[in-house]
Amino acid sequence: MAKKAWKYEKAVVSTLMGAAGLLSVPAVQAQEIPRAVVIATTCYACHGTYGASPGTIPSINDISAERMISILQGYRSGQRASTVMGRHASGYTDDEIAEVANYLGNLQKRGK
Amino acid sequence: MAGISRRNFVKLIGAGGAVSALSLTGCESVPKASAKAAPRVVVIGGGFGGATCAKYLRIYDPSLNVTMVEQNAGYTTCPGSNWVLGGLRKMDDLAQNYNALRGKYGVNVVHDRVTGVDASKRLVTLSSGKTIEYDRLVMSPGIDFKWNAIEGYDEAASQLMPHSWKAGPQTVLLEKQLRAMPDGGTVIIAPPGMPFRCPPGPPERASMVAHYLKTNKPRSKILILDAKENFSKQGLFTAAWDELYPGMIEWVPGSKGGKIQRVDANTRTVYTDEGLTSQKGDVVNIIPPQRAGDIAVSAGLANESGWCPVNQHTFESTLAPGIHVIGDSAVAGALPKSGHTANNIAKMTAAAIVSIFRGVNPPTPSHVNTCYSLVGPEYGISIASVYRLGADGVLEGVKGAGGLSPAGASNLMRAQEAGYARGWYSSITADSFA
Repeated sequence: MAKKAWKYEKAVVSTLMGAAGLLSVPAVQAQEIPRAVVIATTCYACHGTYGASPGTIPSINDISAERMISILQGYRSGQRASTVMGRHASGYTDDEIAEVANYLGNLQKRGK
Repeated sequence: MAGISRRNFVKLIGAGGAVSALSLTGCESVPKASAKAAPRVVVIGGGFGGATCAKYLRIYDPSLNVTMVEQNAGYTTCPGSNWVLGGLRKMDDLAQNYNALRGKYGVNVVHDRVTGVDASKRLVTLSSGKTIEYDRLVMSPGIDFKWNAIEGYDEAASQLMPHSWKAGPQTVLLEKQLRAMPDGGTVIIAPPGMPFRCPPGPPERASMVAHYLKTNKPRSKILILDAKENFSKQGLFTAAWDELYPGMIEWVPGSKGGKIQRVDANTRTVYTDEGLTSQKGDVVNIIPPQRAGDIAVSAGLANESGWCPVNQHTFESTLAPGIHVIGDSAVAGALPKSGHTANNIAKMTAAAIVSIFRGVNPPTPSHVNTCYSLVGPEYGISIASVYRLGADGVLEGVKGAGGLSPAGASNLMRAQEAGYARGWYSSITADSFA
């Protein structure tokens, strides 16, 4: 058992240290890729890898989780005007919005 | 195998893949052995699918040994190629390279042509005679054409009547023909039936050609002879054409004489109505019926449809274990064949492959497509969708999400979306290649 725990710990450390750092890491499921990460990567096609946009579409790598949740929920309800984001935000549940916002909101802390 | 039964795991990744995945996971979880036994992934094709997959495999797991085989030194994007025809972009603007994949992400980029895939030996053969072993193969060759599906339209004919559906010399050829045609001439654009690469591409092309003609040869006409009964973003395109290019573009659906049976490339003539009607164009752009890329077909990954069936969770081929088919070649449920979905599928597949090597559940799929079209330089429209895996294992659009830009939107919104179209190009090419 002790050996197994060590392996998980190593996996967590190597993930955090890797060029990647894409994985958020609840220790119990260290090697599973959370859905928030998968959803975040779908944002990157328009908003740039790790949310840093090279062009006219806004970057999303400098927005607190709390604010992003509020923005995305506003898009989903239609209270916040948008061109395309309302159409995207409607595809996600409250939990998914919270998870992806927390993931993206913490990217910069991890040097992304 | 954290949290996954062997039965489900085998079902998920295919019986053939389970053994090697388990053994590789065993190696990978022992750090000292991992360098020697790093799982090897070979990616065939360096377009939006292949390049993105190679990049994200290395992002997800920097210990992976990733080799991407691409026959060309660089890549010319299809997105933006219509903008070249409209005079809004130069060919150079469409050029991507693999420097970042090599230097920043540690992908081994090999410029060679794949001549064979041996799924049982997990071996790729190159035209140089070299071979590369893999633990998982990603096949992302894009499309090839069904030559002669339209009688007389073969590769030689495409030098006279360009398809321009793979960007590069074919784009340049069509651009030259448009620049050389007389004012008052006719441009014929002939899109195929579904499915094909980039469904909104033909009407965007008509729009960009119209923009060029309106500016330079305003007495000219565009005739769209369509094999289909309707087309992507139809309402938005036709409303915009009435506004920007009144009387210039005529669209003919398949049932009203739009379906082309035969062409004579030498006289730039197309025949419809079972050959009873002929139309002659000054420029003729035939976009022929398509299928999965040659190497996917010769590797036995395509079925009778010409496309490659896959497990739509992991994009592993249902015909050959250990091989994932992504991008335009794959049958991906409701996802259209687009650079955007190829980028998305590539990331999901990278996550799935890394998970399989680790012996854990691949994450739940979530896909997005966002497609901008420029109708004019300051007039953009879009369609967006979010996709999830349905109970039957088919990717389907999330109900209540997605949809088109609103009809009758303000000029401001059209201009904003035109700006975002350009921004999308910058972002997706960076996310895929840089």
